[in-house]
Amino acid sequence: MTELSFVVELTILVLAAFLGFEVISKVPTMLHTPLMSGTNFIHGIVIVGAIIILGFADDTFTKAVGFVAMVLATANVVGGWFVTDRMLEMFKRRPEPRKDDGA
Amino acid sequence: MISDPDVLGLLYLVAIVCFVLALRFLSSPKHARRGNWLGGIGMLVAIATTLAIEGISNWGLIVVAAFIGSVVGIVGARKVKMTAMPQMVALFNGVGGGAAALVALAEFHELDGVLTSDEGLSIALSALIGSVSFSGSLVAFAKLQELVSGRPIVFPAQNVLNLLVVAGAAALGVAIVAGLEAQWAIVALIVLALAFGVMFVLPIGGADMPVVIALLNAFTGLAASATGFVLDSTVLIVAGMLVGASGTLLTMLMAKAMNRSIANVLFGAFGQVQVGAGQVRADDGRTVRATTPDDVAVQLSFARKVVVVPGYGMAVAQAQHDVRQLADLLEAKGIDVKYAIHPVAGRMPGHMNVLLAEANVPYTQLSEMDEINSEFPQTDVALVIGANDVTNPAARSDTSSPIYGMPILDVDKAASIIVMKRSMNPGFAGIDNELYLDPKTTMLFGDAKESVLKLVTAVKNA
Repeated sequence: MTELSFVVELTILVLAAFLGFEVISKVPTMLHTPLMSGTNFIHGIVIVGAIIILGFADDTFTKAVGFVAMVLATANVVGGWFVTDRMLEMFKRRPEPRKDDGA
Repeated sequence: MISDPDVLGLLYLVAIVCFVLALRFLSSPKHARRGNWLGGIGMLVAIATTLAIEGISNWGLIVVAAFIGSVVGIVGARKVKMTAMPQMVALFNGVGGGAAALVALAEFHELDGVLTSDEGLSIALSALIGSVSFSGSLVAFAKLQELVSGRPIVFPAQNVLNLLVVAGAAALGVAIVAGLEAQWAIVALIVLALAFGVMFVLPIGGADMPVVIALLNAFTGLAASATGFVLDSTVLIVAGMLVGASGTLLTMLMAKAMNRSIANVLFGAFGQVQVGAGQVRADDGRTVRATTPDDVAVQLSFARKVVVVPGYGMAVAQAQHDVRQLADLLEAKGIDVKYAIHPVAGRMPGHMNVLLAEANVPYTQLSEMDEINSEFPQTDVALVIGANDVTNPAARSDTSSPIYGMPILDVDKAASIIVMKRSMNPGFAGIDNELYLDPKTTMLFGDAKESVLKLVTAVKNA
């Protein structure tokens, strides 16, 4: 991994915070539960950290810790994605009740 | 094998763009699912890229861990009922936070504690926030699953103990930043943070769970972001912060919907203060009037506009499908039917919308509080199904009520109100409801599902 300077990382963090607020504030109340489970899925990105730890581990302690982290992070990613997909499918599946299609 | 840091960075950038677009697509239910797929692609790119980093080994362990995690994740996601979604989200928050804390622990160990001050800061924060999120989420899960009481759990000297634990954890954090290299320091920091997570969620009442889950969501995101600082990974920093922003925003929205400050939710121990406050006075001559399904069916059949106010009681009874059937019948009679959704209906932000979507209620029929409140005066019948606190007029008028000031659905402004309820037990917040004594209100007691089924039959015959 390349070393990034702390200040550069902090800059990225702050910009991401503003971007996050901007994007999330456009999500309608109706979709707040899928939003939570969707962001749940996204914080599963710690799996990247878990892979790096486990993949470069050479003593037993690090291997053990990395292994548990990897299990947790994978459950987070996989479960978070499937549950969000299940929910959003229900929103999409919309039997238009016989309303006159005027609009 | 990727060894060029620029290639790595570019691939992670692809993942970041996917995540941002995934959230953007969530602005409309039409594109939301596509967004989730895009997020999935971003995650696959990030994972594949990381696996391809030059020098990664321990493949056996990686594959086994990924397999176990995937099985757990898929089974959990498939089996969970929509009513149990808050628990599920709490659990995923927890495992994510736990993973972040473990990554920080392992990194500290790998570097033998020899850290620059900013590495120390990132590791300490990642371990601290991740652990709080892990144990806090597990307690939230236990409360929502009703493994432990949903009531606030308080004990003497709680605040003093909390303060000591936080002070201890902060001192250790500072020591690590200042260069303390001992392995026990990070372990002790994690232990204290775990203890704090438990103590921080225990005193919070069940009714405040939507706020807590949103907050824990933010915590896990921030923990992931701190992990990104530890590992110098842009994708972790950005993705984690997006979640942090989302969780923070939802926390503020939820607290606003309950008219309470976040500090009050976290430290107020809601539900403790109701002695003598907001009690329904049974001695002023007003009584509760019970009704029958047949009467309600007649009332509904002659209405022009009906507003259904669903609450968690409806969800617990799994009555949402039958409610939709009832609504369809009424619509077929030319009656205008709408659903009024309070922002904190259910156990997490937007929970009721998901439950109704599960029952195939078109989302165009769902109205938010601000929208529907102006329509209640023109409503003939407000049908309250298993909702309680969000309809309590005491929130508007009774300054002694614990929910005073909370925005509510103005169902009492409808021409008549029918409350379907299992019994006269107070709601989740443990407060009695004035609405039930209103002369315009009649009560239909019984299990929500059975009552609605009886109504369906009665309306068909009416």
